[in-house]
Amino acid sequence: MDINPILLLAALMVASTPILLAAIGELVVERAGVLNLGVEGMMIVGAVCGYIAGHSSGDPYLGFLGAVFAGAAVSLVFAVLTQFLMTNQVATGLGLTLFGLGLSALIGMRAEGTPDLTVAKLALPILSDIPVLGAILFRHDLVVYLSILLVAGVWAFLTYTRAGLILRAVGENHEAAHALGYNVRLVRVLAILFGGGCAGLAGAYISLVRVPQWIDGITAGAGWIALAIVVFASWKPWRLIAGAYLFGGVTVLQLNLQAEGLKIPVEYLSMAPYLATIIVLVMIRAGRAPASLGKPFHPSS
Amino acid sequence: MTLLELQGLTKAYPGVIANSDVSFDIHKGQIHAVLGENGAGKSTLVKAIYGLVRPDQGKMLLEGVPFAPSDPRAARAAGVAMVFQHFSLFDAMSVAENIALGMENPPKPHALEAQIRKASEDYGLPLSPDRIVGDLSAGERQRVEIIRCLLQNPKLLIMDEPTSVLTPQEVDILFGTLRLLAANGTSILYISHKLEEIRNLCQHATVLRQGKVVGTFDPREMSNREMAEMMVGKDLNAPNRVPSPRGAPLLRVAGLSAPAPHQFGTALKHISFTLHAGEVLGIGGVAGNGQDELVAALSGEMRTDADMIALEGRGIGADGPNTRRALGLCAAPEERNGHAAAPDMSLVENAFMTAHTRLSLVERGFVDWPASRAFAQAVIARFDVRTPSPETAARALSGGNLQKFVIGREISQNPRVLIVNQPTWGVDASAAAAIRQALLDLASAGSAVLVISQDLEEVLEITDRFAALNEGKLSEAVPTAGLTMEKIGLMLGGAHDLEVAHAQA
Amino acid sequence: MLRLEKRPQPSRGWTYGAPVLAVFLTIVLGMGLFALLGKDPLVAIRTIFWDPIFGPFAHFYRPEIIKKAAPLVLIAVGLSFGFRAGIWNIGAEGQYIIGAICGAAVALAFYPMDARWLIFPLMIAAGVLGGFLWAMIPALLRVRFNTNEILVSLMLVYVADVLIKAFSIGVLRNPEGFGMPGSRNLRQYPSAANLDLIPNSGLHWGSLVALFAVIFAYILFTRHHFGFQVRLAGQSPRAARFAGINANRLVILCLGISGALAGVAGMFQVAGPSGQILGSFPSFYGFTAIIVAFLGRLHPVGILCAGLIMALTYIGGQAAEAQLNLPAAAILTFQGMLLFCLLAVDVLTNYRFRLGQGEAR
Repeated sequence: MDINPILLLAALMVASTPILLAAIGELVVERAGVLNLGVEGMMIVGAVCGYIAGHSSGDPYLGFLGAVFAGAAVSLVFAVLTQFLMTNQVATGLGLTLFGLGLSALIGMRAEGTPDLTVAKLALPILSDIPVLGAILFRHDLVVYLSILLVAGVWAFLTYTRAGLILRAVGENHEAAHALGYNVRLVRVLAILFGGGCAGLAGAYISLVRVPQWIDGITAGAGWIALAIVVFASWKPWRLIAGAYLFGGVTVLQLNLQAEGLKIPVEYLSMAPYLATIIVLVMIRAGRAPASLGKPFHPSS
Repeated sequence: MTLLELQGLTKAYPGVIANSDVSFDIHKGQIHAVLGENGAGKSTLVKAIYGLVRPDQGKMLLEGVPFAPSDPRAARAAGVAMVFQHFSLFDAMSVAENIALGMENPPKPHALEAQIRKASEDYGLPLSPDRIVGDLSAGERQRVEIIRCLLQNPKLLIMDEPTSVLTPQEVDILFGTLRLLAANGTSILYISHKLEEIRNLCQHATVLRQGKVVGTFDPREMSNREMAEMMVGKDLNAPNRVPSPRGAPLLRVAGLSAPAPHQFGTALKHISFTLHAGEVLGIGGVAGNGQDELVAALSGEMRTDADMIALEGRGIGADGPNTRRALGLCAAPEERNGHAAAPDMSLVENAFMTAHTRLSLVERGFVDWPASRAFAQAVIARFDVRTPSPETAARALSGGNLQKFVIGREISQNPRVLIVNQPTWGVDASAAAAIRQALLDLASAGSAVLVISQDLEEVLEITDRFAALNEGKLSEAVPTAGLTMEKIGLMLGGAHDLEVAHAQA
Repeated sequence: MLRLEKRPQPSRGWTYGAPVLAVFLTIVLGMGLFALLGKDPLVAIRTIFWDPIFGPFAHFYRPEIIKKAAPLVLIAVGLSFGFRAGIWNIGAEGQYIIGAICGAAVALAFYPMDARWLIFPLMIAAGVLGGFLWAMIPALLRVRFNTNEILVSLMLVYVADVLIKAFSIGVLRNPEGFGMPGSRNLRQYPSAANLDLIPNSGLHWGSLVALFAVIFAYILFTRHHFGFQVRLAGQSPRAARFAGINANRLVILCLGISGALAGVAGMFQVAGPSGQILGSFPSFYGFTAIIVAFLGRLHPVGILCAGLIMALTYIGGQAAEAQLNLPAAAILTFQGMLLFCLLAVDVLTNYRFRLGQGEAR
């Protein structure tokens, strides 16, 4: 076989980034006690909006920014429905995914690409010269670094800051948090918006870097895999990286094997990421979920 | 000197007026009781003072300045702190994190830990800042709440039914702490329905009945009977027991052990007792010592080895709830909403829920709704359940009425053995009296009744024998006649590592 | 300030009124959407909602609506069991595809034998079994390993999608199809075809089974102990355990029923309206059925109405696509909006709005 392990690992980081971005956003949402199953929908709206914003302005970073806002805007629908109109979170999240798929296809009809839009790789000085590791880890575009910084930031936020403590408190026991005078809904709405922004960015990374073009249904289940990874990570930020890279690894390996022309037909290989998700869900014993996860909250006494 | 002045507070909810024109004063350094039975409006009143409820009318003055907290943080900033009846704690977090969440501007973690240690020494409330709250006992959890309040140097400390989770010895220690605080100038608003402890602790008491102030007095100058009448508004008959001979053993529990069902649950450790026909056995204990787990093991929600539990000689430990019901064992768990009853279902459906086995309400898989409705109506009539109709959703009933329905549903199935947990928790006095009487009548008719309760006065009042549940272990059962509160307290494990610290303080 | 107040018990009026209000709200919002797309909103709404039933070409559209509604109702009725019990089978699309593959495979195995009495029942059995077994994967994993059934059933949709694409160019490809992807057309194989029982009525065996499923579910929910168990488990899981209901058995049964119905829906579809196993066979019915189930308030009769309304938006949408050049994606968006509106107005069943000063927040 002729697969270059260094290129493979570098490609793995790129393939994992959208899942990691969406997962870190969803992790914050779930730590606040909200289950948003609409990740896939927010991602794909982010993907199409980021694509259009990027290509019409000619600046991919404006595209990423637009995707963050688009993702957050769609998540606002979810926030209003679940937090103020007390709708079932599972049903609303599913609705968000279905709506997102339709809306993105609608918006995407007019999406036109310009061929020369690329996101520059940013080789980190010194670090990128380290043999092997430099090529794998330190010659990526800005968003790859950002995804890891976000994980670190979320971890620090949850562990060390007062706002992070309040967010965890709201997810752990919303009645008690309310009794102590915290605004449960506000905290949750902000968390949902953050999750939406992250999902939007994740989607744009697919349509602007990973693929890069706009196709209907481009996210192909990445949002659902991100949800699975949050469970896999037992709601702990650092473990997300392991989860995301594992799935990125399966995806990249599968693509490489396809290119190698293995005996297994191409079609069956592309099932690998989904089957891997199921296997991982079976094998890991998930840690303790936030105690108020998915439960509706109404501030009445 | 007056600290807090309430002037004509009124708060209405759809269908009920929780507070109607409530006025009274609390002085500095005073321990002021608000007395009233369940549903009298005590909770709504303190929530208004703590900023959780906004009154419809009336105003409050704190040190002469208008006081209208928009939320609990505003109340805290003004010097009002509150210890909740159902704790406002976060199980998965540490003691220090829980305390930080209840403070406006908590210091850095290290400084906070030092403060916690200092306060716990000053007031004789031992507490280690880095423990996870979910692992603590009910008494320890209350200490977390109290220290959380004390660290903010409150002018007014509100305590909502604080002794319901404590052993008698722990109550004494708590009262010592409260007296110390009052002597240092903190006012305490003490909410309770227990007369004896109010007489012990307070110099002033205000009685609420159906949302209105019906009297303000010095509890040391009133008899329990006078206070009770003021609270309830009428004479209450003490439950009346037709003596019955102790019959054959019906339920034999031998070496019942089970692991904790979830992370913060309690493991059952080698529990043994025998329940005879015609007797009421009481199991007392502080919340979280294995009551829920014991009820689950007995009702069949939690399975054990078959021979750990035997009903009339037949091992049933591995059977499910319906098999046990068929054999004559019924149960009523503590939580009405969502455990003993489904809140969104009608009373007919709730009646069918547990009664279908013994009353054969299922025929070839189909539900006999007419018969179920008739059964629900019979329970409603016999136990005086106030409801517009049997089709009303369970959640629309008041706590007392729903509890009468739940207990009545089980009693009406003529069980050989009935297991009830906290039968009168959060129930008004007349409903409580009716429920206790019904349990006694069932025993007099020859069934065996097991009453698990944290209300020790209730246990003393209606049981023949008493055993204490402490950290998943059950004491030997002793005759109730002749037991004192102090003796019971020692059986319940005394003050759980508190005495030494208190002696030092 | 407007605030919400919990009702002591659910409002009967709004239980029935909410879906109607939701449809109305969606039409208003949809008109906004169509106007944004540069179409005359009134014409668009008329094309979608009126013409297919009452317009000059209604005789052409009406059977199409019934054909479209059949799989939606079948799948949604199955899903309503799980959704009521709090068991979330999101992978009906996958079970639908597998049912279609199994049903078609049986037919193709017998081709060209002439024995409808044998082949057609066997196809139905294969469709039921295929969907059932596909749904057993998330069911057993949840019972055995406590795996999240939402994620597993959903992942299996993608797997099923890959399988049908692979089979359509692999084992099930039409050997006489000149190398084109796709199986033989079952519509042209009399022993296997699922055609209109009365020509141009839109009623095929699938529609009849769907009607039967509606009646069956209605009886189960209102009269049978199983229906009671499903409702109790969904409303109060703890009370269900106290009542002695076996949660694992419920997971298996609910997922099994929804899988079987989705599978048989797929089989009727592939043998009738679609005709062949093809990469483009999956058409999102399994997901749209989720909307149908909620729109029908998880009530069998409601689902029947909701399925017809949803089918109308499809057929009307196709008409609007042809006549007004309204993009197909607009209809998908419109359906998503319908679900949102429905969830949003549902609040009126359990809460009421009050004017005046609220609680703290």
